[in-house]
Amino acid sequence: MLSIHTVRKLRDYALDVTLSVRWGETLVLIGENGAGKSTVLNLISGILTPDAGEITLGERTLYSSEEGIDVPAESRNVGHLFQSYALFPHMTVAENVAFGLRCRKVPRPEVASTVADQLRAMNLADLSDVNVGRLSGGQRQRVALARALVLDPDLLLLDEPLAAVDMRAQGAMRSELRDRIKDAGIPCIVVTHNLRDALELGDRLCLLEEGRVVADGTPEEVLSMRENGFIASFAGSEPHNGFMAPAPITGHSRGPPDSRPL
Amino acid sequence: MDSTPFRQSPEVTRHEGGQARVSRVVLTLLVAALVALFLLFVTLPVASLFLRISPEAFLQSVAEPVVLDALSLSLATATVSTAIVVLFGTPLALVNARRDYPGRAIVDTLTDLPIVLPPAVAGLALLMAFGRRGVVGQYLDHFGISIAFTTVAVILAQVFVASPFYIRQARASFEAVDRLYEDAARTLGATPMTVALRVTIPLAWGGLVSGAILSFARALGEFGATIMFAGNFQGRTQTMPLAIYTTMQGDMNAAISLSIILVVISFAVISAVKIVTRRKY
Repeated sequence: MLSIHTVRKLRDYALDVTLSVRWGETLVLIGENGAGKSTVLNLISGILTPDAGEITLGERTLYSSEEGIDVPAESRNVGHLFQSYALFPHMTVAENVAFGLRCRKVPRPEVASTVADQLRAMNLADLSDVNVGRLSGGQRQRVALARALVLDPDLLLLDEPLAAVDMRAQGAMRSELRDRIKDAGIPCIVVTHNLRDALELGDRLCLLEEGRVVADGTPEEVLSMRENGFIASFAGSEPHNGFMAPAPITGHSRGPPDSRPL
Repeated sequence: MDSTPFRQSPEVTRHEGGQARVSRVVLTLLVAALVALFLLFVTLPVASLFLRISPEAFLQSVAEPVVLDALSLSLATATVSTAIVVLFGTPLALVNARRDYPGRAIVDTLTDLPIVLPPAVAGLALLMAFGRRGVVGQYLDHFGISIAFTTVAVILAQVFVASPFYIRQARASFEAVDRLYEDAARTLGATPMTVALRVTIPLAWGGLVSGAILSFARALGEFGATIMFAGNFQGRTQTMPLAIYTTMQGDMNAAISLSIILVVISFAVISAVKIVTRRKY
């Protein structure tokens, strides 16, 4: 189980989040722009450091202010997919997927065969030698997922995983994504602005407002809280196109500027 | 103004239109004349170098020992000094682009200083530091190490004056790399060193190469600090600019030939920088 309790002072408010996600469970984080959703992911993956708190993943403590533990991002084994995917533009598809394995000093022949298997499983084998600059949104999303999953991560963090995918391809990509997450069998947190993502991917839904969890439950439970303005507009958003707000397509993964840490 | 809602007599409109056209033509001619004059001012002296010497005389001069010595010394010292600048400058530029620490502004100012410092001041400063009686030089002298007026002094002078050209460019290139790629690399298991070597530096590569080329060109053209700190000894410290200055007083053809070589190198440098800084990503 992943359990988080983190406090971090941001520019406009203090983020104070307590959450837990079981193995094989997918938690969907929703909330306004600047509510701290991407910041939560960055704190868990180790890109940002909390001011205080504790993050544990199974038996491992990733961060504990009390015990003075702060496992560096590179040793956490957390798969983090950024909103714009952050594929390395100077590498091919295969090189991107091989990156993490090479960082782990896996022998070259093994890297090649593992990457080839992963690309085949993700229907990317034909694109192996293509530079990532030439890919479509959906292909990029799949490469980013392959790059993370090839490392057998203990946790998966997805920031707006389908925002950069062509609207027409979103439905198919979403069910594919759900299958991959289920196959991985690890805790997963998805940040989204999209009602369909929330309904189809999420086992649990969690609403963040100004850095605090204000609702946490099954999608049905949370979406029935119509007295909350955000939920009302989120649940009332057109499920066919899914977008309730003009979500940034290629924004920063660190979230909107007002959620940036001090 | 055809769309003007005000009524104007056709005569007035035609008259004003004519005036506007005339003033536009005058302005265009004026700008063209200024541009042409300036280009002439830059190209005429360079062209004159080529016009003042025949190809035969050029080839003959290029074979002279004073020219060959200067050419090989210049290329060797500028290469070594560029390598030193890159070796020391890259980590400095990367740290200053990515980390905030107390005194960073001071470090930036210090690394920029040689750009504005007159070369004669740089030469004297180096002499005061590394000369036989210099602040550091006096201790080196105890060990029988003397730097001033040697090839090493040529390299030190070049490093001193050329380093800002690389460091500034490198820092700007590192800053232009989206941190998102570095964050992504870390979550994939890359240590900070691996991130720098496999993500940041490759993504900043064009800027780093162009900075190194500019630094090399500046080192090649170094004159003032070199003549003061390293002296003017053929084969040891007499680089191309120094040789031009020396041969000009006797063998003008040699001076012109060396100058032509430097002009060609300068052109190559500008073209190379333009090619490598074309954005790829």
